[in-house]
Amino acid sequence: MEDFADKGLQVVVGLAIFAAIIGLIMLVVDRAPKSGREKLQVAGFLAPALILLAVGLVFPALQTSYLSFTDRNGEFVGLDNFVWMFTQPEALVTLRNTLIWVVLVPLLASSIGLAYAVFIDRARGEKALKALVFMPMAISFVGAGVIWRFVYAYKGAEQDQIGLLNQILVWLGQEPKQFLLDAPENTFFLIAVMIWIQTGFAMVVLSAAIKGIPTEIVEAARLDGASAWQQFRNVTIPTIRGSLIVVITTITIGTLKVFDIVRTMTAGQYETSVVANEMYTQAFRAGEPGRGAALALVLFLMVLPVVVYNARLLRKQKEIR
Amino acid sequence: MSTVPLHNDKELLPDVKDDATAGTPTMQKRVRQRLTSRGATAAAIIIAVIWTVPTFGLLISSFRPEDNIKGNGWWNAILDRQFTLENYADVLSPGGSQSPNLLSYFVNSLAIVIPGTVFTLVLGAMAAYMFAWGRFRGKDGLFIFVFALQIVPLQMALIPLLQLFTQVLKFGEFQLLPSGTYAQLWVAHTIFGLPLAIFLLHNFIAEIPGEVIEAARVDGAGHSTIFWRIIVPLATPALASFGIFQFLWLWNDLLVALVFSGGGADVAPITQRLAEIQGSRGGEWQRLTAGAFVSIIVPLAVFFGLQRYFVRGLLAGGLKG
Repeated sequence: MEDFADKGLQVVVGLAIFAAIIGLIMLVVDRAPKSGREKLQVAGFLAPALILLAVGLVFPALQTSYLSFTDRNGEFVGLDNFVWMFTQPEALVTLRNTLIWVVLVPLLASSIGLAYAVFIDRARGEKALKALVFMPMAISFVGAGVIWRFVYAYKGAEQDQIGLLNQILVWLGQEPKQFLLDAPENTFFLIAVMIWIQTGFAMVVLSAAIKGIPTEIVEAARLDGASAWQQFRNVTIPTIRGSLIVVITTITIGTLKVFDIVRTMTAGQYETSVVANEMYTQAFRAGEPGRGAALALVLFLMVLPVVVYNARLLRKQKEIR
Repeated sequence: MSTVPLHNDKELLPDVKDDATAGTPTMQKRVRQRLTSRGATAAAIIIAVIWTVPTFGLLISSFRPEDNIKGNGWWNAILDRQFTLENYADVLSPGGSQSPNLLSYFVNSLAIVIPGTVFTLVLGAMAAYMFAWGRFRGKDGLFIFVFALQIVPLQMALIPLLQLFTQVLKFGEFQLLPSGTYAQLWVAHTIFGLPLAIFLLHNFIAEIPGEVIEAARVDGAGHSTIFWRIIVPLATPALASFGIFQFLWLWNDLLVALVFSGGGADVAPITQRLAEIQGSRGGEWQRLTAGAFVSIIVPLAVFFGLQRYFVRGLLAGGLKG
């Protein structure tokens, strides 16, 4: 209990120091002499955020870029880390896996989310049905990792199975399987977890977009005798195209950076590592900050085009509106 | 990271009763028949089941006695009907060094997340206000730069930021952000949350009618008065939406915690502890199931309690980039 009092005190002190800093800033900008007041006020409001961003994000990102050209002793080694990444088998597996992740997760999560959104649109109990699929969004990747490791749990064929998936295999007359150990298919079982989490996001956003389709368009299509599938293909998809792209790009970015699922379920062993996990392993476990930094840089370069595309699309949408 | 047109809540989560009374009843019925054919309903039910059963299995298991969890599948609980709270007592209690001691880590999570969210909200809102209503040269360029910082994956910043905290911000014995306390995590989370916070809050604060702010200015109010008396109250919905998201992200975070917490019961959050238990005692399902549920109970409560804000925030801002 004493321990908790200690922790509570830390939080109170932390909040108090923060409040004091903010209070001081407000006091200073209010009491400033008339002449330079506007400038000082602008500075006072912006400085805390901008200083933190400069010191904590901009400068470190530049430093990481430099680090990626050094070895474990901090010596400049040119492109060695990148050569390592693109030639060594264990690093290549990481890149291959990341590629599989980034193709499958956005595609399947968006498709399933869209299908579900269409199926339950205007159905009885739509709200509850949505909440069921949406719920995994709130669960941490670590928690999802436990949930799915339990689904994949393995016991020898002579024992009772405790994992649902292996029990289903047994019911179907198959041998139980080590889902997370056998490469290369184990990567797909990790990917399933990410799809499970992201589908809810896709579903909610796309469902909102579907509800935004003007009823006249739907009516017109129906009067023309369009079947449900034709309506879906020729009316729904084109109308919600913008939202669909936003969903896919957002999930793509999240997938590129996926770390926790791999970390907690296999720790990247058995050929399941991805770039974000390998970055952590190299930099903070293997004592190779140079390699870790190089991986972080590659991650940045992979995310960059997706974000730029997304931002340009958004601007175009704003102009239309 | 992305913006989707904002719909009001009614459109988003339509009330079934509203639907039935709106429009001509026969028309509504026909629409419903068309769109929810048998096949679609079946597919929707299958998806809903797959998305729910894993979590449900975890919940059931967490209440089963250890021997039962390890001996047979959770679906057998329907027959044996043996339930206990022992697993929860075990994972929460302090016990020896072998014990999960989750209550302590649970408190850590709260102690990290609450200040982390408050700091990000206050600093983000202050900066957002200046970007929306301040008058200074280079405003747009600076804002675009901050917006663009969302591209930088936090992996890019980890290595240098850790060095900064432990080596640079150290003056003799005095460490500005002492190791073994929450301070490093607060600051790191705040930095990583700021670009999105500033961007989203700016979008909202910029929409506040200019006359309100102009009137206050004419009355002689300075920026600090306008900010606290007018902007903050009017921006409460946006602050709440983003605050919920920031809260969930921080609660579910693993990567930042692994790098900055040191890992002891003094500082590390519950996700980190759960990942540890998974790694070292992966077969202790009685602890893992109960532990996982303790860790996801807060996000689930937030999700179900504040679903409306949650969905609204999601549609306004998408996911963290």
